[in-house]
Amino acid sequence: MRRVILLIMLLAAVPISADSNLPSAYWSDRQLPDPRQEAQAQALMAELRCLVCQGQSIADSDAELAGDMRDLVRRRIAAGERPAAIRAWLIDRYGTWISYRPTAEPAAWPLWAAPLLLLAVGGLLIARRIRLKGRA
Amino acid sequence: MSRGLRFAPLLVLLLVIGAMVWRLATPTDTNVTSKLVGRPLPAVLLGPTDFNGNPFPLRSLTGKPMILNFFGSWCLPCVGEAPMLEALKKRGVRIVGIAVRDTPDAVADFVEQRGNPYAVIGMDPESKTQIALGSSGVPESFVVDGKGIIRYQHIGPIAADDVPMLLKRLDQLQ
Repeated sequence: MRRVILLIMLLAAVPISADSNLPSAYWSDRQLPDPRQEAQAQALMAELRCLVCQGQSIADSDAELAGDMRDLVRRRIAAGERPAAIRAWLIDRYGTWISYRPTAEPAAWPLWAAPLLLLAVGGLLIARRIRLKGRA
Repeated sequence: MSRGLRFAPLLVLLLVIGAMVWRLATPTDTNVTSKLVGRPLPAVLLGPTDFNGNPFPLRSLTGKPMILNFFGSWCLPCVGEAPMLEALKKRGVRIVGIAVRDTPDAVADFVEQRGNPYAVIGMDPESKTQIALGSSGVPESFVVDGKGIIRYQHIGPIAADDVPMLLKRLDQLQ
């Protein structure tokens, strides 16, 4: 019985809030009236990393800072700024870490080379197979 | 297939396990550092507060070294940090507070209860200033020199051990 009461108390307890006392920013969970702009915003938000969750995009994250970043993205796109410029502005502050889209910097070269390498290896294996079959 | 290649999968497995063990032993640093360290404060406008009335540009605060402290009345580690900020203020450090996602009333209550180490407090209700400075949470503090160049970013609450370090960094800027 005591366990049940304890469990109920635990479930009913209000966790110490780690959230601020303000509602989410205006454009954080509101679509832009212009569907073309909203699509642009959505595409960009899906490629920006949440600073709090770090494994989610700001489009997916429930963190307040992610909401504020969505607000920032939508406001800037509504003001006519290009998504690439907004991404560059954020990379200037947080580094390439903030963007999920791989860049062309040397650290990312293996990533770009991987498909070519794998194709080459695959081609080699197939070539060998064909040659072996031909001999048999 | 040669004999040596037969052990290749095993080798790969060992490599993967090795990498996992290494990562467990040395966890990654999940802090996101600002790329603005060494660069001037961006031109952003801070919202008004009960303490000084009007909105003011962040850059107008420069002229002498300062600590820019991002905090929130809703943030528990900020409560723990308050005595350290008070100690820094007693040593003559100018501290500018930026209240993230907060209301003037809540901030007024907060400084009334915890002491007010701030020369001025700017409001940042939509984290705009925070994002403009490449900061990713509260509490976070930036050491800014007299010319408005960001010299150091301190992520997380200022602990008692950090006070001498911050004083030294500020001294070097004089």
